[in-house]
Amino acid sequence: MAEAKAEEQQQQGEADGSDGASAPAEEDRSPEERLPVDPGEHHELPDREHCEEILRKMLLIRRFEERAGEMYTKAQIGGFLHLAIGEEAAIVGATLAMRESDYLISTYREHGQALARGTDPKRVMAELFGRQDGVSKGHGGSMHLFDIEKRFMGGYGIVGGNLPLAVGLGLAADYQETDDAVVCMLGDGAINQGNFGESLNLAALWRLPVVFLVINNQFGMGTAIERASAITDLSKRGDGFGVPGARCNGMDVLDVKDELENALRKAREDRQPQIVEAVTYRFRGHSMADPEEYRSKEEVEEWQRRDPITTFGDRVKHEEVVSQDDIDGFDEDAKSTVEEAVEFATNSPFPELDALYDDLYSYSGEEPGWYVVDERAPETHKGEELKTSSSDAMRELAEAGAAYAKVGDAEERRKRPDPEEGEEQSSGPRDEEGGAH
Amino acid sequence: MAEMRYREALNQALREELEADENVFIMGEDIGVFQGAFKVTDGLLEDFGEKRVRDTPISENTIVGAGVGAAMAGLRPIVEIMTINFSLLALDQIINAAASVRYMFGGQVGVPMVIRMPQGGGHQLGPTHSHCFEAIYLHIPGLLVAVPTTAADAKGLLKAAVRDENPVIFIEHEGLYGKKGDVPENGDASPMRFGEAAIRREGDDVTIVGISRQALTAAEAAETLADEHEIEAEVIDPRTLRPLDLDTIVESVKKTNRAVIVEEGWPHGGVGANLAALIQEQAFDHLDAPVGRVTGADTPMPYSKPLEQAAMPHPEHVVKTVLSTFRDL
Repeated sequence: MAEAKAEEQQQQGEADGSDGASAPAEEDRSPEERLPVDPGEHHELPDREHCEEILRKMLLIRRFEERAGEMYTKAQIGGFLHLAIGEEAAIVGATLAMRESDYLISTYREHGQALARGTDPKRVMAELFGRQDGVSKGHGGSMHLFDIEKRFMGGYGIVGGNLPLAVGLGLAADYQETDDAVVCMLGDGAINQGNFGESLNLAALWRLPVVFLVINNQFGMGTAIERASAITDLSKRGDGFGVPGARCNGMDVLDVKDELENALRKAREDRQPQIVEAVTYRFRGHSMADPEEYRSKEEVEEWQRRDPITTFGDRVKHEEVVSQDDIDGFDEDAKSTVEEAVEFATNSPFPELDALYDDLYSYSGEEPGWYVVDERAPETHKGEELKTSSSDAMRELAEAGAAYAKVGDAEERRKRPDPEEGEEQSSGPRDEEGGAH
Repeated sequence: MAEMRYREALNQALREELEADENVFIMGEDIGVFQGAFKVTDGLLEDFGEKRVRDTPISENTIVGAGVGAAMAGLRPIVEIMTINFSLLALDQIINAAASVRYMFGGQVGVPMVIRMPQGGGHQLGPTHSHCFEAIYLHIPGLLVAVPTTAADAKGLLKAAVRDENPVIFIEHEGLYGKKGDVPENGDASPMRFGEAAIRREGDDVTIVGISRQALTAAEAAETLADEHEIEAEVIDPRTLRPLDLDTIVESVKKTNRAVIVEEGWPHGGVGANLAALIQEQAFDHLDAPVGRVTGADTPMPYSKPLEQAAMPHPEHVVKTVLSTFRDL
């Protein structure tokens, strides 16, 4: 859709000044006035099989995220947890437009991306739990999922930090003379990082097959898009770099898929990188530690009326492709998949303490020299020796450190209590040191 | 063996590695048409073409990040940053991506890439173009750090760096590019191993560890110490800071009972500070004096020639510091 519509919106914005510095403060606007959703083109429903796939994927993400949120409040998940509830259409629409051999690289709000690419939900949940069977073996956590098999090239904790990597993936695809393409997801907050301009320029200069998909959920943490970006039509932000853009309705899975298919075709066949903006909304806070004082309940409710799963569900029912019973069945399946994931994660042991230095370096065999210095014990050790050392002091001190995780001794770390018995915690910062990002 | 300049040795290493592996490519600012700000990539564009030798825009963070992405997808990039001072713009990608990717993704993918850059003062380039930052990169787990001093090491270590599966920060020195030395020829015979220090001069009285170009300063000071003070210094060039051949250094200190570390960078949190800590932990009972350090001045690098020279370590500083370790005997 979108190019023409987006332009129209932009012109309108210019005419009434709503895009520029004179924009009224966000609290002065009704929810409908804040980035009105363009309904996008009308897309025919795909066949039943595809509708089912879409629904199943969106429901899996929704249920996974909901359950992850619960597990966070039960302190089964640590750190920050960024949920993508509300953004399912953008995630699923985009990934359905991709080939299996295409690369996907994402931000730290990426559980859904991993699931949509087909990563085992069990291993995703285990990573959130910090367990040995997590996709990143407990080294990464919520923000750093990765699955090389599915060419899901990671979540990244630094806003905009994945953009240069996407250019590199595109460069590799080009260099190796494949027709693989890259989808690089970023948020509206990343638009104003220096990386954005650098990466778009380089992708365009070298004609790399990269699609930059801006999942515009309208807030960079708690700062509304119009308070951070002079130009709020983000599909235009590639113009000066030679990266043409289009906007789509991020609440409509078919519109996202269609726009991404177009963009991927141009990127792949014409060697012309693209930017696509999917306008969406996250229904939950930026992270679990977000009191959401920067937006009104009414605004959230307004967007919830555009819930991507409900609207798509209503449509498939209306057009009698899928029935309510079917949808209920998909939902039950999603819930039980997520339950299995929680059970798996719960039963997965914490990593052994001597995995601390695993995967830091690649060693080719007999390595001279000290790669890692371990200064936790009175004597200095090579860190790698944690695995092989007979030093009781080192081992004891590793155990002493791990005890601060309050999950008991080595035996108990391998045998976790039922999460349902965990204590309910507030959704605010965990402790005084805990930030809220 | 053939005698050649440090920059020529680097050029030969790049050439041989480009020939040896189709997945190796070079990118950086002005490395192609301009042939490198220090002419290290002289002739490579002509011989290997634009696919393998890629001029980039001035976008340090993205050049490094693109290298990381390409390495994750199976290529072996060599990224040139024009000087180490500009690498500060790329610290996010160096630390949060290059150094972290293998670890934070549980070893699913590695980052076999080399980030080359020269450092060092002495050319009156003032506060933004003259610094030595090996300590910053030594600080980061996940990175390897090479600081070659001789032409032979420049070639051997660069070849090893390209073949290593880990991300390597390869720190050259602007003051060394023109220095000549004997270099082994012919490809495969010459890659070196990281983590093996070179003992440049043997001696029983004091161990002097010189980092990067300061290995030469240390060697010069050692001659003065022998000629004028009857002190025989053992001079060690670690060649790589990570992995560090700590064993060779500690063995030497156990023999000489004294240690002085010479570096061009700043004193606080410097390579010498780190090494002094490791030496006293490993060889405290063998030390007859506190570990001495000679560093650059604790200031941004001044422009004015006398001030700049005053801010940098010279053999005289090393001689004085070594003598101070004998003060109480």
